[in-house]
Amino acid sequence: MSDVMAAPRAKVEEKLFQNRYLVDAGRPHIKVKPHTTPSASLMSMVTLCPAGCYSQTEGGQVEVAADGCLECGTCRIVTRKTGEVEWNYPRGGFGVLYKFG
Amino acid sequence: MGEFNKPFDAIVVGAGPSGNACAYMMAKEGLNVLQIERGEYAGSKNVQGAILYADALEKIIPEFRDEAPLERHVIEQRMWMMDDKSHSGMHYRSDDFNEEKPNRYTILRAQFDKWFSSKVKEAGALVLYETTVTELVKDLSGKVIGVRTDRQGSPIMANVVILAEGVNGLVGQRSGLRNEVSPDSVALAVKEMHFLPRETIEARFNLSGNEGVVIEAMGTITKGMTGTGFLYTNEESISVGIGCIVSDFAETNVTPNELLEAFKNHPSIKPLLADSECKEYAAHLIPEGGYKAIPQLTGAGWIVVGDAGQFVNAVHREGSNLAMTTGRIAAETVVSLTRKREEMTAANLAEYEKRLGQSFVMKDLKKYKGIPELLHKNKGNFFGTYPKLISSAMQTWFRVDGIDKISKEKAIFRNFRETRTLWGMMGDAFKMVRAWR
Repeated sequence: MSDVMAAPRAKVEEKLFQNRYLVDAGRPHIKVKPHTTPSASLMSMVTLCPAGCYSQTEGGQVEVAADGCLECGTCRIVTRKTGEVEWNYPRGGFGVLYKFG
Repeated sequence: MGEFNKPFDAIVVGAGPSGNACAYMMAKEGLNVLQIERGEYAGSKNVQGAILYADALEKIIPEFRDEAPLERHVIEQRMWMMDDKSHSGMHYRSDDFNEEKPNRYTILRAQFDKWFSSKVKEAGALVLYETTVTELVKDLSGKVIGVRTDRQGSPIMANVVILAEGVNGLVGQRSGLRNEVSPDSVALAVKEMHFLPRETIEARFNLSGNEGVVIEAMGTITKGMTGTGFLYTNEESISVGIGCIVSDFAETNVTPNELLEAFKNHPSIKPLLADSECKEYAAHLIPEGGYKAIPQLTGAGWIVVGDAGQFVNAVHREGSNLAMTTGRIAAETVVSLTRKREEMTAANLAEYEKRLGQSFVMKDLKKYKGIPELLHKNKGNFFGTYPKLISSAMQTWFRVDGIDKISKEKAIFRNFRETRTLWGMMGDAFKMVRAWR
């Protein structure tokens, strides 16, 4: 049995450099609401976000940096019940611009 | 942006396959159509494998082959069951698929959707890009009478609003037209575009001219989660991706990127991608809930088409054809009501659901209504135990090592019985047959 963690792999940050984005500076389309302890759902986004936008701070809170967002909507669906994430589409024309899709 | 004083016959939200099919059909029949798309161009927000099924598009644009950006026509389908080091598979390749009007093509959605959108404009619809619809406008009775966007100051009015807004479908969900999508009824798929010279692709996959191959794979590649991997040949690139149910992903600590990297590095896949250059990394949700997840589809002044209505046949990996077909049928319904000068009431628009019921869309989704739940509940067996058992049986059978064939047969059966018990296997087979009917 090979282990998924042992497989050679490219980092997600490097992959995002291949993509085109038009970042709406100062107007992030995803926000994490202020919290002291994240729910299990919100915590799961640290590994689940395919663009690696979520991370945990030293204080244990979960934060999001949405510049590399692929607009899949996974975090919105996963945190639907806890309501910890405020999710909107970017303003028209902004966000990821797929060249191939 | 200007204001629109006169109500449109119809507003279409979104310019993917369902929205484009719907807007095109209505505009072609002379309706005054406005289509609103949040991307810079149609396709800039859209992600798919992607396979185009010709039949659904032929019913909308019969001569599409002359002008649409198509990659390769599919002549070979490989279905692989994988464990960590092996795959066993069923391949079907036929020269019959080298026909005058091929049945399936690989496409690149950003390019295809842009072309489809140009056809919508040619047909006479007004298309607004870079504009996000923020909410529906309703009258006092609750009937949908228009939309608000992030660009126009005042609402834009229409007799009917067609929601072709995709799997996330914020407008419809926030307006309470349908429930929020649940994490166990959607898959998260990640995909990369790998470029190679066309001669290399043709040599690697045994192809000539515009022939193409698709590979669909399942097994331990999804680490016990419900999901599949795929690899499609395009003209000068390979689309490779993997997707699993979101709630399964949430229970593991495997990142989607790691899962894709492991799939790309599987010994059966790695040589196919060797020396390629990756030019895009994409992620998208795919509705997987099937028939039971289909929401309410019509109401006073509104219709839902495509992924927003969960129209995906997960068993056959079909989605864009269901999207185009639901878009076309919605258009036919609206055109017919408009011609008869009838109101877009809930009762009148219910005709759309009646027409869908007579189409392959509902018949197929109904046929497989039990499959998504069955696979999800038994994911350990279907995506782990069985692929491993089959691989080990194949290896026992094909490895020549001085052991007689009767002993080999016994070893294979013993392995199956000890791993999954006879009752367990019979139960799974019975449940699968029942769900398949």
